[in-house]
Amino acid sequence: MLSIIVRLKQKQIAELIAKEKRLDGRGLTDYREIKVEQGIIERAEGSAEVFLGKTEVMVGTKIEIGKPFSDTPNEGALAVNAELVPLASPTFEPGPPDENSIELARVVDRGIRESKAIDLGKLCIEPGNKVFVIFVDVYVLNHDGNLIDASALAALAALLNTKMPNYEIEEDEVKIKPGYTPLPLRKHPIAVTFAKIDEKLIVDPWLEEEQIMDARLTMTIDDDGNICAIQKGGSGCLTSEQVLEAAKIAREKADEIREKLKW
Amino acid sequence: MSQKLEKLIDKKGLRLDGRKPEELRSIKIEVGILSNADGSAYIQQGKNRILAAVYGPRELHPKHLARPDRTVLRCRYHMAPFSVQERKSPAPSRRDIELSKVIREALEPSVFIEYYPRTGIDVFVEILQADGGTRCASITAASLALADAGIPMRDLVAACAAGKVDDTIVLDLMDTEDKKGVADVPVALMPNVDVITLLQMDGILTFDEFEKAVNLALEGCRKIYQMQKEALKTKYVSVNEVEE
Repeated sequence: MLSIIVRLKQKQIAELIAKEKRLDGRGLTDYREIKVEQGIIERAEGSAEVFLGKTEVMVGTKIEIGKPFSDTPNEGALAVNAELVPLASPTFEPGPPDENSIELARVVDRGIRESKAIDLGKLCIEPGNKVFVIFVDVYVLNHDGNLIDASALAALAALLNTKMPNYEIEEDEVKIKPGYTPLPLRKHPIAVTFAKIDEKLIVDPWLEEEQIMDARLTMTIDDDGNICAIQKGGSGCLTSEQVLEAAKIAREKADEIREKLKW
Repeated sequence: MSQKLEKLIDKKGLRLDGRKPEELRSIKIEVGILSNADGSAYIQQGKNRILAAVYGPRELHPKHLARPDRTVLRCRYHMAPFSVQERKSPAPSRRDIELSKVIREALEPSVFIEYYPRTGIDVFVEILQADGGTRCASITAASLALADAGIPMRDLVAACAAGKVDDTIVLDLMDTEDKKGVADVPVALMPNVDVITLLQMDGILTFDEFEKAVNLALEGCRKIYQMQKEALKTKYVSVNEVEE
């Protein structure tokens, strides 16, 4: 249920949005300030932290040798997991992942996987038997709204920072050699999330906007401006015009972010 | 890999099962087939076989989940272990949990949830056989089950996917097309209110292809909506005839 403060603000937020304004002074399609730090966890093969306003998400990647999936014997594997860490919000509780953290992980996963960002073919060691498995662990450290965009950005930043161990095969055993090569990355998928409040679409909703939104829509866009993943969330609905408008805005916003971060 | 060379659409523009790009699979819908449930529906769409049941509005357990101003709609999407090629563990997978969430969110806008405060409505969906597009078929069936349970609704929710297979935008992807195709866009629609309640996508589409796919999926939803209405009439009209 909404807190009393949010309920009081609800009207104000909606009225402002009707006038194309927002409570924190942003325009309807403005992002909060984005800050990306890479390589902050030495033990991880790759890591990054993203600050999206007050939202903070850290991602660490680990690489292990494992078995490929039976339908892709010549490809490495990608596994994305998300933890809504209890210290990040009064609404996060310890325990097994709930539907929100699973959805978050799967939306981030879909963006990376469907854009074919990682050249998984290059992560095969021995077809059908041994491949590199990339674990992407999303760690939400402070929740102030729009976890999807922050997590997708942090996951990409961490992958860009990921080092693959060098190896050679001796008598059917994989020997890890000194030195590293960068993870083969081909694309930079950017997730752009909208909230629908009073029939208006706003980009990068922060917590109070998320609490009163009717519906949420995330579009992930690759470097060529193609759409590679979509997820609608929330118990509201969208018109087809709103969906197409969102797709257009998402493209501009993704380009803008990619340019800003020089990806 | 060799399967990459495999064509999913032949020279005549027909698909693996002989359908045209904008053609739905054969669909059979029945309403009210489970005697214990307050409402139920069964759908066959291609080789998909799906049962949906609704229990409620009823007392909610655990009680702390109850809301003073509305009912709590819950949904469980579950696949039978024998529903797919390789046995699926009956424990809910991460995919099942995500689908339960998006199906619930697709149905919720259609239900007048404020009519039944402090109660719960449970929607159970069992996939007996999966053939691609199960989330959409589940929504189609679950919405009918809600209607069959007599729950006040703004509209039915009809769902259908479109996608890209080889170079063609096609409607209602079956399993092989879903797995080997380029993109899949499941959509759910409340046809009278004309709003979208579920939208997902995976794969790669340009903006124009996406627009075309969404419009095709919406057309599919409208066709399925007619079948939903027919299925409801078949149950309720025939009951009246018996009474007379």
